[in-house]
Amino acid sequence: MQTKIPVSIREGYHVNSNTPSEEYLIPLKLTWTSTGALEGGAVVYPKPALEKFDFSDGKPISVFMGNFDLVASFKVAANAPAGPGIAAGKLRYQACSNKACYPPKTIDVSVPYQVQ
Amino acid sequence: MLAVCLIQTQACSSRSVKAATVKAEQDRKPAPEFALKDADGKTVHLSDYKGKVVLLDFFATWCGPCKIEIPWFMEAERRNKDRGFAVLGVSMDDEGWEVVKPFLAELGVNYRVVIGNDATAGMYGGVDALPTTFLIDREGRIAAVHVGLASKKDFTDGIEQLLQNTAPAVTLNNDGRPRAE
Repeated sequence: MQTKIPVSIREGYHVNSNTPSEEYLIPLKLTWTSTGALEGGAVVYPKPALEKFDFSDGKPISVFMGNFDLVASFKVAANAPAGPGIAAGKLRYQACSNKACYPPKTIDVSVPYQVQ
Repeated sequence: MLAVCLIQTQACSSRSVKAATVKAEQDRKPAPEFALKDADGKTVHLSDYKGKVVLLDFFATWCGPCKIEIPWFMEAERRNKDRGFAVLGVSMDDEGWEVVKPFLAELGVNYRVVIGNDATAGMYGGVDALPTTFLIDREGRIAAVHVGLASKKDFTDGIEQLLQNTAPAVTLNNDGRPRAE
């Protein structure tokens, strides 16, 4: 099964993509900390934009901007009991504007589910 | 102007600079004191730099705009260190020296860097956006603040203006004589 996790970046800002252009850049990354009756699978990130900024020295960098979805895959564990549960995870990101960058942040992500 | 420069104890530019971003002296507030560790584990206080013009740069290794400015600051350090000027970098990297030391080595940074903390950032107005750079005059007062990527000219003009202010301000009485302090 798959679920979409919507992400919204405020206008005028961007976050590094999951595959940043430079090694020193902190990538967007979703990791699961507990998935309950589910087994966490791959996370699919959208295709990033290549954008130039005042600080990128003329080189485009790989970023996400605006609204996009992450698509997370799960498998139901073989012995999963029926009933509700929550898959909990962390989304780490590091955002910049055209001229300044902000400390990396980690926010909680939760996906409620029902095993039938 | 050239004759005056020859007899002064410090080298001086042939032009007088007034940077747009530097505050008037009466508007400058004292830069908060701090005690932070450098790469050798020595404690660095801002007061160690009293009498010097200081460029205090809050940066991080993951900050693209910071990487643009740092070579400018290296050049400023090279050109002006014998004129009573110093750059002091404050890294806001959570990982500390493990990531900062290789970063400094890669860029060939030629000035002192310390590891910052939230308390120090708070004293300086809650530094969140990086880079945030302060120009501090010889009396330890904040003369200019740049949040985010600024222009090289803003820094060079600001540094030059503060370096040219070598004499303390003199207040005159009504008879034109200097007021005794």
